[in-house]
Amino acid sequence: MLRYTINRILLMIPTLIGVAVLVFFMLRIVPGDIVEVKLRGDGGNITQEVVEQERKRLGLDRPLLIQFKDYMIGLAKLDLGISMWTERPVIEEIAIRLELSLEVAILATIIAILLAVPLGTAAALMRDTWVDYAVRIITIGGLSIPSFWFGMLIMLTLLSLFNWLPPIVFTPIYVDPVANLTQLIWPAMAVGYRYCAVTARMIRSSLLEIMSEDYIRTARAKGVYEKLVVSRHALRNAMLPAITVIGLEFAFLIGGLVVTEQVFNLNGIGQLFVQSVSRNDFMLIQGMVMMIAVFYVFVNLIVDLLYAVFDPRIRYG
Amino acid sequence: MAVISAPASAAVAPRRRGPVMEFIYKQPLGAVSLVVILIMMFAGIFSELVAPYDPLTIDFASILAAPSWDHWMGTDAYGRDIFSRIIHGSRTALVIGFAASFIGSTLGAMLGVASAFFGGKIDDWIQRFVDVLLAFPIIVLALVVVAALRKTVVAGVDVNLVFAISIPILPRVARVVRAAALSVRVMPYVDAARAAGYSNSRIIFRHMAPNVVAPYLIMFTAFIAQAILLEASLSFLGLGVTEPTAAWGLMLSGNAADFYREAPWMILFPGIAISLAVFAFNLFGDSLRDYLDPRFRV
Amino acid sequence: MKAPILGLVGALAFTFGGVFSEAHAQQPKRGGILQFAISAEAPHYDPHASDTYATLHFSSPFYSTLLTYDLSKFPAIKGDLAKSWTVSPDKLTYTFVLNEGVKFHDGTTLTSEDIKATYDRLRNPPQGVVSNRRATFADIDTIETPNPTTVVFKLKAVNSSMLDHFASPWNTVYSAKDLAADPAGPRTKINGTGPFTFVEHVKGSHVAGKKNDNYFKKGLPYLDGYRGVFTLQAAAMLNAIQGGQVLGEFRGISPAERDRLVSAMGDKLRIEESSWTLNLLVSFNTEKPPFNDVKVRRALLLAIDRWGGSQGLSRISTLRAVGGVVRPGAPLATPEAELAKLPGFGKDIKAARAEARKLLKEAGQENLKFVLWNRNLAMPYTPAGIFLVDQWRQIGVEVEHKQSDTAPYIAAMQSGNFDVAIDFSNLFNDDPTLSLTKFLSHKKNPLNMSRANDDEVDKLYDQQLREGDVEKRKALIRALEKRVFEQGYQQPLLWWHRIVPTHKVVMGWKMSPSHNLGADLAEVWLNQ
Repeated sequence: MLRYTINRILLMIPTLIGVAVLVFFMLRIVPGDIVEVKLRGDGGNITQEVVEQERKRLGLDRPLLIQFKDYMIGLAKLDLGISMWTERPVIEEIAIRLELSLEVAILATIIAILLAVPLGTAAALMRDTWVDYAVRIITIGGLSIPSFWFGMLIMLTLLSLFNWLPPIVFTPIYVDPVANLTQLIWPAMAVGYRYCAVTARMIRSSLLEIMSEDYIRTARAKGVYEKLVVSRHALRNAMLPAITVIGLEFAFLIGGLVVTEQVFNLNGIGQLFVQSVSRNDFMLIQGMVMMIAVFYVFVNLIVDLLYAVFDPRIRYG
Repeated sequence: MAVISAPASAAVAPRRRGPVMEFIYKQPLGAVSLVVILIMMFAGIFSELVAPYDPLTIDFASILAAPSWDHWMGTDAYGRDIFSRIIHGSRTALVIGFAASFIGSTLGAMLGVASAFFGGKIDDWIQRFVDVLLAFPIIVLALVVVAALRKTVVAGVDVNLVFAISIPILPRVARVVRAAALSVRVMPYVDAARAAGYSNSRIIFRHMAPNVVAPYLIMFTAFIAQAILLEASLSFLGLGVTEPTAAWGLMLSGNAADFYREAPWMILFPGIAISLAVFAFNLFGDSLRDYLDPRFRV
Repeated sequence: MKAPILGLVGALAFTFGGVFSEAHAQQPKRGGILQFAISAEAPHYDPHASDTYATLHFSSPFYSTLLTYDLSKFPAIKGDLAKSWTVSPDKLTYTFVLNEGVKFHDGTTLTSEDIKATYDRLRNPPQGVVSNRRATFADIDTIETPNPTTVVFKLKAVNSSMLDHFASPWNTVYSAKDLAADPAGPRTKINGTGPFTFVEHVKGSHVAGKKNDNYFKKGLPYLDGYRGVFTLQAAAMLNAIQGGQVLGEFRGISPAERDRLVSAMGDKLRIEESSWTLNLLVSFNTEKPPFNDVKVRRALLLAIDRWGGSQGLSRISTLRAVGGVVRPGAPLATPEAELAKLPGFGKDIKAARAEARKLLKEAGQENLKFVLWNRNLAMPYTPAGIFLVDQWRQIGVEVEHKQSDTAPYIAAMQSGNFDVAIDFSNLFNDDPTLSLTKFLSHKKNPLNMSRANDDEVDKLYDQQLREGDVEKRKALIRALEKRVFEQGYQQPLLWWHRIVPTHKVVMGWKMSPSHNLGADLAEVWLNQ
């Protein structure tokens, strides 16, 4: 197991290096940089000389390979560099916003699990009945409705029915839980729907698969009460794929928040990402992509290790 | 749909019904979604004939008109007919959805087959590459590509947008197709073909390709839905299609929400259009999977 | 939907007269925290290196300037740090006497040396410092400080815009001591003499300031503090105003947004309107065929129904007034009757379009197709682009609308790699020199995106700059305008219209034609 774990961790390194290289060069295929946006964005009467100076100040005049080398050395020291827009460390920019995004992601996960487990189980148990069809339509709906549109509808409904809106300044949950939850529960619902749909579908299919396996059939044949079969055996074994989906979707949620945070004006990672894309803040884009990739790779690692624990074939495969 | 009318599948077993009827009978939800897709395709191909108005013409005299016999879905802030814009928008969605999913799925499938066929070092390298792409959430990868490439419009379609949407599809298809192809690679007849000295391309196309057709088609259909959703999201963020092109996500962006009291139809109909289209493709993909590949009942 | 208030009629519809009587009828109340929206977040704190209001709405409350605009009599100028000032008869020497006992937030006293250090930084920034006002102050020869409360500027040449520059909100005064320690310091640290002291800047969220008890204007400010909340999406900003989470937004909103707020909030809301010192321009790449042909340029300008467009666009966007090179409503603006005689401003759009088609035919460009470059900002760039594409379709011209991020958009224009572009002009006052700079020959001003070089325009520009007589200056400006429009290098499409929503409890805030002005909040108070 230890050997497998070490192997698995070592495998992460080339992936992360690949991400770093890919994103660095991809962003620099087309010329044009942040300096123009920064200095001329609002119509400033700026001379070319000032632009060149600023470029020099930000180190953009150096050869690409030198910039790349510095960037990679920085990464090795866990230094993501300086945002070209605010000129503060990228890590600092991300850290300010991470709490909010993580909390929305966690809330969405809770919502998703609370809804997905009963929906998925019901659909599997009552397969090919109207319940199954209804769950199928609800879940495919979750995959189909754009979360930004769903978010807009939530906001406008609150506004027109109650003439009330959630607070716009973030309050940490340990400072004021009520203010915090009244702000974040709505975006969590907007992204949670899709998340719930994916999870419910996974629970349904893995339950179906497991229930067709021999030991469940045996249990049933022995006359074990149906509910007991489901709760004791099937559901527990169906949890592994479900956990996988929950883990991977959680890792991807940062992406899902990109659009939703716009709608709710949340000061989170997603908002920062869209801003840095439209400002050409390459350092910040790179930093965030690296962070998301590390996050994703770690979740993957945990999922794989879990599998290895439960399924020894993988370890020696 | 090609597979449904393909003579091969019809000839496999003597059935009383044709493959289309078989599909409708076995997958009623899928059949319904197919009808929705066909209507959309019709609207997209014959937009000029179906739409009552030109989608671009500004009419300041009828700004924000409510739905009526003249304007079925009302008009927007420029007095443009929303129904006509939704009809024309289905062309935008379908062109980008099909193109992006086709490019992404096809490149992904090729990569997957190559990976499975050659194995060894090549397989390792391709898998590392796929791993790298997979470490990006879909929309993040698309945004990075958009940030990198900006716009290049060819024949009214932003090819870089299509490219940006197809890239995140590629590794996901490559994974699945590789797995499907691997299961064939170890089959005795492939070894036999190799022993008989057949060329690589012959083995790939004659023996491996047919076995990956089903997963390929399923992924292709499912990713059309994803691509449409992604295009709508990017356009909503102002990083996709450009005004005055009729596109659903674009119709929701900008100041559409400002008019929620005066003109709620401005945010209602485009949202419904996106949801319905994505819903139809998702459901169809689902049904196709059940129909073609009953082993994986998801 | 309300009936639209027509372009020029509404152009000078300042409602701040009303605010004044309200504000002056009551004794200002002290205390309270003003929470307001800022629709963009400044990348740094230094107005010297900035052109965006985002920096001013953030930094102005912390700083003072030498002079400032008297917004109740705009464009009149009054002293800020300067108690009084004199201009020599030859208009080459400006002498300022400073207020006494002005303290920086760190407790040190302001002297004339601080003014000198600030303006030296502006006109000749040291290594590693960005100044966007370098060209603006190029006419300054020397700065002298005969005593701690007197500062003397000597100019190389007469500059009729100089006082406006001294009143410009960008030229915030820093401490000489701070600049000596770190010339780039003001980008990240705040130490001013303004009515509020810096409390915190939470990235992506808000900036907060609290009352400066040692402010040199006695009795001010009224507020205990303020909080500027960043609302980057228009929808979020509107929601916040409507929900009462912020009490106003001081840049400006569109008429549709105004109508939404008014219908939802009724008489809780105050709306103030003014024409705006901003415009969008249609700019042709005069180096690229067929736009090097004046016939083609003129045809395309003739096809634009400005008067009709103004009526329609003013209901849904911040675009409104039809105007020439000077803001309509400003003292030196061209009156409507004269404007209507200039090419592209005629009121008979049918005739104009017929002529446009004829001109295109003469130029052999009946099937003209081109790309229109635009910024991807929702308001008002997108409406302008949608409108222009439609206008040109009506004379049979096919246009591809290319909306892109600011950087590639500006890069394309700078490199001359475009056909036609929607350009913009952001001014902070009505001084014509500022707006005319846009039309100077490309060799003199690279920001003339049309890349046209025209010595006659340059000559007229210099003449008006050095002209002391107002009437003569006006005639020179008209001549310049006529020359530019007849050649059709570039032309203002429409001027913007500023609409500022505030909750009625906000008192003492002053409306003006520029969103860059009046951001120091010293006289703002809350009626609650």
